[in-house]
Amino acid sequence: MSTTTEKSAFAQGCYASAPFLVIGGPFAVLFGLVSIEAGLSVFQTVAMSVVVIAGAAQFTAVQLMTEVAPVWTIIMAGLAVNLRMAMYSASLQPHLGAASFKQRLAIAYLNVDASYALGIIEYEKHPKMLLGEKLAYFFGTMVLMTPVWIVGTYVGAIAGGMLPDNLSIDFAMPILFLALVGTMVKTLAHLGAALTSAVAALLLSGLPVGSGLLIAGFLAMVVGAEIERRRGR
Amino acid sequence: MTYSTFDIWMIIVVMGIGTFLIRFSFLGLIGGRKMPEWVLRHLRYTPVAVLPGLVAPLVAWPESTGGNPDPAHLLAAAATLGVAWWRGNMLWGAAAGASTLIALSQLF
Repeated sequence: MSTTTEKSAFAQGCYASAPFLVIGGPFAVLFGLVSIEAGLSVFQTVAMSVVVIAGAAQFTAVQLMTEVAPVWTIIMAGLAVNLRMAMYSASLQPHLGAASFKQRLAIAYLNVDASYALGIIEYEKHPKMLLGEKLAYFFGTMVLMTPVWIVGTYVGAIAGGMLPDNLSIDFAMPILFLALVGTMVKTLAHLGAALTSAVAALLLSGLPVGSGLLIAGFLAMVVGAEIERRRGR
Repeated sequence: MTYSTFDIWMIIVVMGIGTFLIRFSFLGLIGGRKMPEWVLRHLRYTPVAVLPGLVAPLVAWPESTGGNPDPAHLLAAAATLGVAWWRGNMLWGAAAGASTLIALSQLF
């Protein structure tokens, strides 16, 4: 975090995360509420947000706890929901793999849907970015999102029941990610991959949690790469 | 309350470690080595290959309708995608989607 370009990359990452802060805040509060209802203490609830730092998996886990599922079922379901992040890790490797071991540990901890998506879009838009700038941008996207997620969880955990039931933010996340996808589709190969992913995920939704998405993602990558190979980028 | 304190901490810690290892996997093991072109070609499609599949079930079977497909959510999703693609801007897309959903949920 030394040069001017790195500082501005950090600030840009920070700005880019703004929409996710607006949605992520209430989402974190909601998790806090649900987690308390599932029987976790305030400390355990906040600890889960710090240790796991993955919204969808955390919701899955506490949901299954309210259904009194076996402990290992809960753990496996939560991890299955997070398996997609192996693909994020692979996709970031060409950009961030040369970072130091400590930096890669930090990236791994902060590798969530939003930071991954914002980062990879920026790296593809500016192929000449240096490693230091890429790292600064990535950490910039999470510098506010991480505290908002943790503090929001805490607020929800102590507020318990004070939030109106009909606060419908359940569709806010899908809208943000759809808007991201909309800006990503630039070639026929992108379109082919996106359609394959959506259709396959719907068709495979009956499979155990997370595994349908993994297969859909794999198929869609093959379709995108194959269209690119035949037509050029 | 059927879970012991130990059970709950076990869930938190094992999920945390597992999630970290999943996120670290490729970044950690491959490090700075160059991957072959055909692998990179596939990896370039990761975002468009994963995010639509992540969102599609949430759009088709929204939580707030109890999992029943409904026109307001489908049209809001279409507006989001269309405007984001047309303007090349995420915020315009999200604004279009949110206002479509709010307007249509007043109607139905």
